[in-house]
Amino acid sequence: MLNHMIHVPVSILCFTANFLLIREIHVANVASTGFCQPPTSAGGQQHESHGDLRSLSSSLFIIILHFLYEIMAVHGPVVKIHPVVLASIVDSYERRNEGATRVIGTLLGTTDKHSVEVTNCFSVPHNESEDEVAVDMEFAKNMYELHKKVSPSEVIIGWYATGYDITEHSVLIHEYYSREAPNPIHLTVDTALQSNKMNIRAYVSSQMGVPGKTVGVMFTPLTVKYVYYDTERIGVELLQRTRASPSRTNGLTTDLAQVASAAGRVQEMLTTVLSYIEDILSGKVMADNSVGRFLMDLVNKVPKITAEDFESMLNSNINDLLMVTYLANLTQAQIALNEKLVVL
Amino acid sequence: MCFGPFPLHQTMASRKESAASGSSPLETPVKQIQIDGLVVLKIIKHYQEEGQGSEVVQGVLLGLVVEDSLEITNCFPFPQHTEDDVDFDEVQYQMEMMRSLRHVNIDHLHVGWYQSTHYGSFVSRALLDSQFSYQHAIEESVVLIYDPIKTAQGSLCLKAYRLTPKLMEICKEKDFSPEGLKKACIGFEIMFEEVPIVIKNSHLINVLLLDLQEKSTVADKHELLNLSSSNHLEKSLQLLMDRVDDMNQDIGKYNTYCRNLSKQQQQKQQYLQRRQQENTQRQSRGEPPLPEEDISKMFKPPQAPPRMDTLLIAGQVTCQSVIFMGRSLF
Repeated sequence: MLNHMIHVPVSILCFTANFLLIREIHVANVASTGFCQPPTSAGGQQHESHGDLRSLSSSLFIIILHFLYEIMAVHGPVVKIHPVVLASIVDSYERRNEGATRVIGTLLGTTDKHSVEVTNCFSVPHNESEDEVAVDMEFAKNMYELHKKVSPSEVIIGWYATGYDITEHSVLIHEYYSREAPNPIHLTVDTALQSNKMNIRAYVSSQMGVPGKTVGVMFTPLTVKYVYYDTERIGVELLQRTRASPSRTNGLTTDLAQVASAAGRVQEMLTTVLSYIEDILSGKVMADNSVGRFLMDLVNKVPKITAEDFESMLNSNINDLLMVTYLANLTQAQIALNEKLVVL
Repeated sequence: MCFGPFPLHQTMASRKESAASGSSPLETPVKQIQIDGLVVLKIIKHYQEEGQGSEVVQGVLLGLVVEDSLEITNCFPFPQHTEDDVDFDEVQYQMEMMRSLRHVNIDHLHVGWYQSTHYGSFVSRALLDSQFSYQHAIEESVVLIYDPIKTAQGSLCLKAYRLTPKLMEICKEKDFSPEGLKKACIGFEIMFEEVPIVIKNSHLINVLLLDLQEKSTVADKHELLNLSSSNHLEKSLQLLMDRVDDMNQDIGKYNTYCRNLSKQQQQKQQYLQRRQQENTQRQSRGEPPLPEEDISKMFKPPQAPPRMDTLLIAGQVTCQSVIFMGRSLF
């Protein structure tokens, strides 16, 4: 199903690309031969019309890209992001200077043939106004050196910016970063929540236009995946709970409560699966073979132990634990006694 | 146990000289700690990436103090202490990092440090020294102990500790002999105090978390329900036994010291008695009495072993056994 959906927009894109390119070539030809009167007589104005066309094409591209981002699978490295990077970006956005609308910074991580893994980031102070942008490059270099001391395997793989659009300044900043990294990726995090969601997107730049005549830079989107270490996942799970409480706080609960909640979750999942199976058996829902295969896997994974064996194993385990607890208590009592005797 | 002492006392000393310490001592000590979700993620990531080889990763906590609670808003890791990197200046690294972070409006007040631990064994001389120098310079600082192995078992294990005021006094005196400790009347239970932790997230981060939950396809693994924890149990028990052995040795040393001391007292008494007897004999014979000799020079008292290590070991054993009981059924 996804394949069909891809073909249509890809064709639209190609068509638009061809159309715009042809128009640009036509204008270039026209300008060189002087056959068709350009709207303004001065030669310098031709560049303006070129510029207009380029900005029109780039904005058109951007619109199309935004439209296609969700459904298009793109050729290019897959971007794997760790949640710590996103949290860092959001935090630096919250701490931005007065009057700054967006924050930019460097992304650090590792690359391999098909994917780019983003594991760290730091923000870089910059000033942005209507017609110019200034980035503190010294600062960026310094911070990178400091970070390298801690984790020598991380390299600069791109940069991030908060905000929804890709502006012309982004192109300039991207150029700077392409000097630091071979093929930098650009990450945008929409902290202004324009579409009621924090859109996290990644782009890589590629050349477009007529080679030799007018070239431009196009940002092609990449698929973004979230990767977690195991412990990271547990940490994120804990953080999710702050969403529930009104004061956005969450204490670290005791072990027993956590085990109870985990058991509760598994029970919920089991009831969902059971109700689904009942629906299929009674004919309400169509049986799906792939789901059926998963269910087979699930049932086969339960190890074949008889009830008595399982009970005896569990009991011996509990006995071990109880003994260890007893010994630990004994040690504690011993130490307390010792303390008292010494002080006497 | 920790490898490599944390050279923070140098850093703290230089900081005190350079920056005017404007922090007035609080009437009430820190009652609660509020940590940003970002800090938690950063600590986890730091251990995961850099801590697999050696046992300990360390870093600095940044934040601010709000009335009686301590807010930790950011942190940065410290590079591993390698022996062959002699010219690496830790103080300079710290200064540069803090200066850079100040540019991007991150709180640059040092409020503590964090350390990862291996199966709960973190109570050591190095930790004590570092925490003492931190607390001496900044009243409210804490040390966050992150236990990655217990976290991998299903629940985030992050604890915050401070030194009690009594222990601070003793460390200031640097008097670790048995008499000193007896005077201060300190036991291992009142060495460290644990401060409750609360995790706080801003609204934007909550939005981000919501997004992540919708988009991420990582399945829940439910390590909490894992019944086979015997590996961890074995390891913890082994470490506990090692600590008890250490304790034993230490107690043996103290016992020998006590015995030596009492033997010496006896010898002193005997000598004095003999002296007196001789003196009376001489007086009866009309000879001048022997001069009084300096007894203390003859009988030098044996060296009293420092008791601080004993306390530390005792504290460590307690910690480990507490971990057993907390972890026992899971």
